[in-house]
Amino acid sequence: MATTRILEGLGRFYIVLLLGFLYLPIIIMAAMSFNASPFYQLPFEWTTDWYASLWQNDQLIAATWNSIEIAIITTLISTVLGSMASLALYRYEFRGKKFLQALLFPPIAIPWLITGTAMLIFFFGVGIGRGLAAILLGHVALALPYVIVVVSARLQTFAPELEEAARSLGANQWQVTMRVTLPWIMPGVIAGGLFAFAVSFDQFVVSYFLSTPGQTTLPVEIYAAIRKGFTPEINAVSTIIIVVSMALMLLTARFFKFGGEK
Amino acid sequence: MADQLAIGSRRGLKPALPLLLPAYLWLTVAIFLPLSAMFFFSFMTDLPLAGKEWSFTLGNYAAFFSQSLYSRLLLSSLRLGLEVTLWCVVIGYPAAYVLAKVLKGRSREAIFLLVILPFWSNGLVRIFSWAMVLREGGILDTALNAVLPFKINIDLMYSYPAVIIGLVHSYVPYMVLTCYLTLQAIDDSLIEAGRSLGASRRQVLWRVIIPLSMPGLVAGAALIFVPVVGSFMEPRILGGRTGTFYGTVIEDQFVAVFNWPLGAALSFILLAVVLIILALAAPVLRRTG
Repeated sequence: MATTRILEGLGRFYIVLLLGFLYLPIIIMAAMSFNASPFYQLPFEWTTDWYASLWQNDQLIAATWNSIEIAIITTLISTVLGSMASLALYRYEFRGKKFLQALLFPPIAIPWLITGTAMLIFFFGVGIGRGLAAILLGHVALALPYVIVVVSARLQTFAPELEEAARSLGANQWQVTMRVTLPWIMPGVIAGGLFAFAVSFDQFVVSYFLSTPGQTTLPVEIYAAIRKGFTPEINAVSTIIIVVSMALMLLTARFFKFGGEK
Repeated sequence: MADQLAIGSRRGLKPALPLLLPAYLWLTVAIFLPLSAMFFFSFMTDLPLAGKEWSFTLGNYAAFFSQSLYSRLLLSSLRLGLEVTLWCVVIGYPAAYVLAKVLKGRSREAIFLLVILPFWSNGLVRIFSWAMVLREGGILDTALNAVLPFKINIDLMYSYPAVIIGLVHSYVPYMVLTCYLTLQAIDDSLIEAGRSLGASRRQVLWRVIIPLSMPGLVAGAALIFVPVVGSFMEPRILGGRTGTFYGTVIEDQFVAVFNWPLGAALSFILLAVVLIILALAAPVLRRTG
């Protein structure tokens, strides 16, 4: 019994160490974004100058707006199209359904480097070219499989008898979908939408290959700045991004359980 | 009558098509056609644009096999993938075990969320944050010199270990997640049965727990190995001059050298390697499905 307790204590301690490893660099980066020295020198001296100068950086601001716009449009399109596809996959039995479901995995499993360069080649070849439209086209495709998987998981908990009951009470297909099915799967749809937003807002690799100097997103702009040399401004904007995306995922977790607990 | 209606509406591709078509059309245009186009391009001498001369060739693939540089880089990327995956197992598996079998209730839920939360935040920014920790005169350097009685210089930035640390930090939550899901599904009574039949803790671990959680380990390994082999941003930021890998060479073909056909061929070779690895992992995953 005593050894069990010691082992459990060690286990808890280990988890604390792991959390330290995961969060320390992020915390240090956030702290440095409030440090006066542009070379990250200690002792620490409080300042919010870097956040102030962020506001003067038109290039970063423009890229930020692009990122937000693309993420919102991606969320809307992929949530609607993805939910429709999930409903079809849930409701109907047909030949090739397994194949359609299997088709969702290449976009998730193939490294983004390959997907991104392939999009670059194809979009260039057919005349779409690079730029924000191309980035949007790519982001929706990357987000769709996530939305379909998440909404489908929620649909698994839906009893088909409910749809049948509504239909036998005289509701047509559209009414059944809007008044019965959709309210039930709403948590899944919202979680899918938040996933889609995160996939788009954090996407770097695919945007990187599809962007042009004037038409770029925030992560691409940050990558360019890092390669030119570190600046505390990048710290500040990075801190904002981390806070936003973590808040977003906390929100997602409220709608969608990751733990798989019953 | 109502039954017939319900069953009738649930069969056939026709009624499903309007719902399916938009999503799958989009995937076709933005994923499947580009991948096919890239395959096609990888056999060309030049881009078929603006009246440029081009013809079919195997030269791009021949370049991979004739110049040892590319295969050497692919090997070092595979080695990087293997090392990162191993570290993720070593670090992530015990954490998943503690989460699944030691912690209970609300604290388990909260800590689980804390572990996978960084995974969903921006990967580029998290890699960048390591730059501040690892550089000479950075936090690690300063902290260690403040504690240690002698002077040491920690300058891990722009080195192979820096790339490993950054990638492990990026991907270890994956391993925790997949292992946690399978470990949680193991019935505690199986572990107790093993113990009461006289097995030591170690025996229970090796004969019961690890075999039963194998699908989670393999899924985690595949999910980590594949993107690490294709990584280019992490080695660029943390590896500096030592950070030349297969992924960075592909990046160069597209953004610096502009030899797209060669880049396409290199990408496709990587895709083939990735598919082989996924195929090898598939039987283990399907076993418990």
